Amino acid sequence: MTLPDTLRAAPGAAARISPHLRTLESEAIHILREVAGQFDRPVILFSAGKDSVLVLHLALKAFHPAPLPFSLLHVDTGHNFPEVLAYRDRVVAQGGLRLQVALVQEWIDDGRLTERPDGTRNPLQTVPLVDTIADERFDAVIGGARRDEERSRAKERIFSLRDSFGGWDPRRQRPEPWGLYNGRHAPGEHVRVFPLSNWTELDVWNYIEAEGIAVPEIYYAHERDVFQRSGMWLTAGDWGGPAKGESLQRRTVRYRTVGDMSCTGAVDSDATDVRSVIEEIVATRITERGATRADDQLGEAAMEDRKREGYF
Amino acid sequence: MSTDLAAAVSSSAAVPAGSAESPSGGAPAVDAHQFALQLTTTARRLLRFATAGSVDDGKSTLVGRLLHDSKSVLSDTLDAVQRTSEARGLDTLDLSLLVDGLRAEREQGITIDVAYRYFATPARSFILADTPGHVQYTRNTVTGASTADLVVILTDARTGVVDQTRRHAAVAALLGVPHLLLAVNKIDLVDYDQQVFDAIATEFSAYAAELGIGEVTAIPISALHGDNVVIASERIGWYTGPSVLEHLENVDLADEAADGPVRFPVQYVIRPRSDELPDYRGYAGRVAAGTVRPGDEIVVLPSGSRSRVQAIDTADGPRAAAREGESVTLLLQDDLDLSRGDLIAGVADAPEPVTVFGATVTQLAERPLRAGARALLRYGTSTTRVILSSIDGLLDIDTLTYRPAPDALTLNDIATVTLRTADPLPVEDYRPGGAVGSLLIIEPSDGTTLAAGMVGDRRAALHPSTSDHQPPREGTA
Repeated sequence: MTLPDTLRAAPGAAARISPHLRTLESEAIHILREVAGQFDRPVILFSAGKDSVLVLHLALKAFHPAPLPFSLLHVDTGHNFPEVLAYRDRVVAQGGLRLQVALVQEWIDDGRLTERPDGTRNPLQTVPLVDTIADERFDAVIGGARRDEERSRAKERIFSLRDSFGGWDPRRQRPEPWGLYNGRHAPGEHVRVFPLSNWTELDVWNYIEAEGIAVPEIYYAHERDVFQRSGMWLTAGDWGGPAKGESLQRRTVRYRTVGDMSCTGAVDSDATDVRSVIEEIVATRITERGATRADDQLGEAAMEDRKREGYF
Repeated sequence: MSTDLAAAVSSSAAVPAGSAESPSGGAPAVDAHQFALQLTTTARRLLRFATAGSVDDGKSTLVGRLLHDSKSVLSDTLDAVQRTSEARGLDTLDLSLLVDGLRAEREQGITIDVAYRYFATPARSFILADTPGHVQYTRNTVTGASTADLVVILTDARTGVVDQTRRHAAVAALLGVPHLLLAVNKIDLVDYDQQVFDAIATEFSAYAAELGIGEVTAIPISALHGDNVVIASERIGWYTGPSVLEHLENVDLADEAADGPVRFPVQYVIRPRSDELPDYRGYAGRVAAGTVRPGDEIVVLPSGSRSRVQAIDTADGPRAAAREGESVTLLLQDDLDLSRGDLIAGVADAPEPVTVFGATVTQLAERPLRAGARALLRYGTSTTRVILSSIDGLLDIDTLTYRPAPDALTLNDIATVTLRTADPLPVEDYRPGGAVGSLLIIEPSDGTTLAAGMVGDRRAALHPSTSDHQPPREGTA
C-alpha cells in the first residue's frame, strides 16, 4: 500500500520534522494502532477537512505497507464545498480506500430529520452519524478533533466512551494515565477516538508542510463571491445564500476550517501556500472556530451540548 | 481578580501578535514572520507538565497568566470570557473562566480529572495537564502527572507548606516525576518578603529531599500581577532566578538517546499479504525503553523464543535505530508468530514472566475494589484475567506510612496489593513515565477502569539512600 498522490509525503520529509512534531506523530500512530488492536469494526470519520486528512495520512503511515485496516465514513450535509468533495473522491480512488457516505438529505427526505429554519445543516449531522454507527455496528469511530479547538474538548479523552445513543457522559469517561487506552465497552456502545488530541492548529500546519501533504485548495487564498452574515463571510450557493438584503462581494479569502457551507465562514487572506498560512495563523488573534464557525457561537456551552447528543 | 490583570488581558487583545513583546520576556520584539519561523524551528522539543494546587492558591490565575502572557489566549476567547464575566455581574474579567469547568460538571457536582492546555514559545512546545487540586482528588493528580516531565505545585505565601502541598509532592514522587517546581504565590501579600519565601523554600526542599525527588526549584511569584510568571519581576530584586516560564523552557529533559535494555510491546501485526510482499510480517509498536537496532538479539516474552531484529521499518523508509517513544515496525529474522500483547525485549536483563506480583495502585472508580475481586489486567499491550489476591497496606500520603489494609479500596485510595494473573506476564518495576511497569485494572462487564497501578512497592522508591539526594535548589538560574 502506498500513500495516494494527494497525501504523498515529500521525499526526505521526516528529517525536517521538529522533535516535538515527531513525538506527536509517534503518539498518534500509537493511538491508531491501539484502535486496530482493540476493536473489530473501526471507521475513520473523513470529511476531507485538514484534520481528517491528517488522521488518514497518519493511519496510512501506521499500517504501512499493509492496506488501511479502517474504512471511511463521511456524513454529507448536502451543503459541502464541491472542491472538498472532489478532493475526497480523488483520495479515495487513488488510495483504493473504502468510503461510505451518509447523506443528510436522505434523512430529511424520509422524515427522520427536519430542516432547520436557518438552513444550517451542521447540527443535523448527529442523527445520521449515530444511526450509521448503529446500523454498521462500528465500535470505534476515529475523528480529527483536537483539544485546543474548544473548551469542552480540552477535557475530552483520547478514547471517549459513548453510550448506545452516541451520547457522552462525563461521569463514565476513563482516566488515561501513562497512555494506557482502555477501549472495552458494553455491546451497543462505542468509543470515539481522537489521535490528534494533543495537536494544535499550528502543529497541524507545520506537519502538513513538513510532510508535503496536499489539502483541499479552499484552505488557500482564492477569489470567491461571498456575503456577510453574523459577522462572517459565507459563500454564495444553492444551499440558500445570500438571502434578501444580503449583498455579494468578490473577495480574496481562504477557509481555516471546512464544514457545511451554510455555517463555515471564510477569512480575508492572501496566503496562497503553506508557509504563508502558518505565518497568518501565528499572527492572527482569533481562534480557528471563533473565526469561522457560526454553530459554536450559539451559546456558552454550544459544543458541549452537541457533544452530549452524539456530535463529534 | 484584580483590575490590573483584567486590564492587561483586555488591552492585549488589541495588540497585534507580531508586534507584541517576546513571550519569555526581555528579548526584543519580533515580527510575525520571524516568530513563525521560530515556532517551526527543527530544534524545538515538547515538555509535558502538570499543575497542582487549589483554586484558592491562585492556580487558575497562574494558568491563565501563562496562557495569556505567552500569547496563547486569542481575542475571541477573551471576548467570550468578557461576556460571561458580565453576565455573571462581575465588574472585571475573570481569567479563571479560561480554565473553567463544563456545565455538566457543575450540574452533576463532579470534576473531570484533567483539562489540557497547549502553548508554545520559540524554545519549546508545552502540554499542560491542569488538575483540580482539592485534597480528595488524588486520582486527578495521578492522571495528570503520570507522564509529566515536571509538576508545578502552588502554595500561598501566607500559609506556606500545608498538607496539600506535601500530598501533591508525595504523589509526584510516587510517580517518579523528575522535576518539581514550587511556585510560592501571592508573594505580594507578604510584602515581597525574602525571609518568608526562604523559609517556605527550605521547608519544602527538605521534604522533597526526604521523598527522593531529584530536582526542586522554588520561585516566588504573584500570578495576579504577573511577577515571575513569564517575565522576571523587578519588584523582587532579591530573587535572581528564572521566571516560571523560563524554568519550563530550560529544565533538563530526559536524554532522548537513552540506551539500555530494549522493551517493545507488540501492538499489532502488519501483514500485507500482497503479491509484492507475500511474506512481510512486521510487529508494530512504540519503543517503551532503550534503543533498538537491526542485528540486536531479542527475546519474545512470555514465550522465551529468541531471534534477532532484521530491520526497523517505517512509512518513511528503513531506520538504523529506533529510540524510546518512537512508533516503528520491527521485522525479525525468524518466523516466530508473535501477536498483540507479546513483549520484545533485549536479551540482557530481560524480565522473568510471573503470575504473582506486587503493585502500588490508585483507585480511580467510585465502585469499590475488594480483596478477592476478579477483573482484567492491562499491562503493556496485553490483557489478561487477574485476581486481586490481597490488599496489603493503605498508604497514608501525609505520613508516608502504611495503615492496616482495608477489605476494599475506595476512590482515591493508594495501596499496595498483590495480584495474581491467569497468564504469566513479563512485569518489571515501574519506571518514571510509565512506559514500563504501569497497569490498569478493568471491570470485565462494562470495561470501567477501576484502578491504575505501578508494579512494585513504590513507597520503597521514596526512600533512596541519602547519597542519591541532590542539594535542593532555590531557583538558581
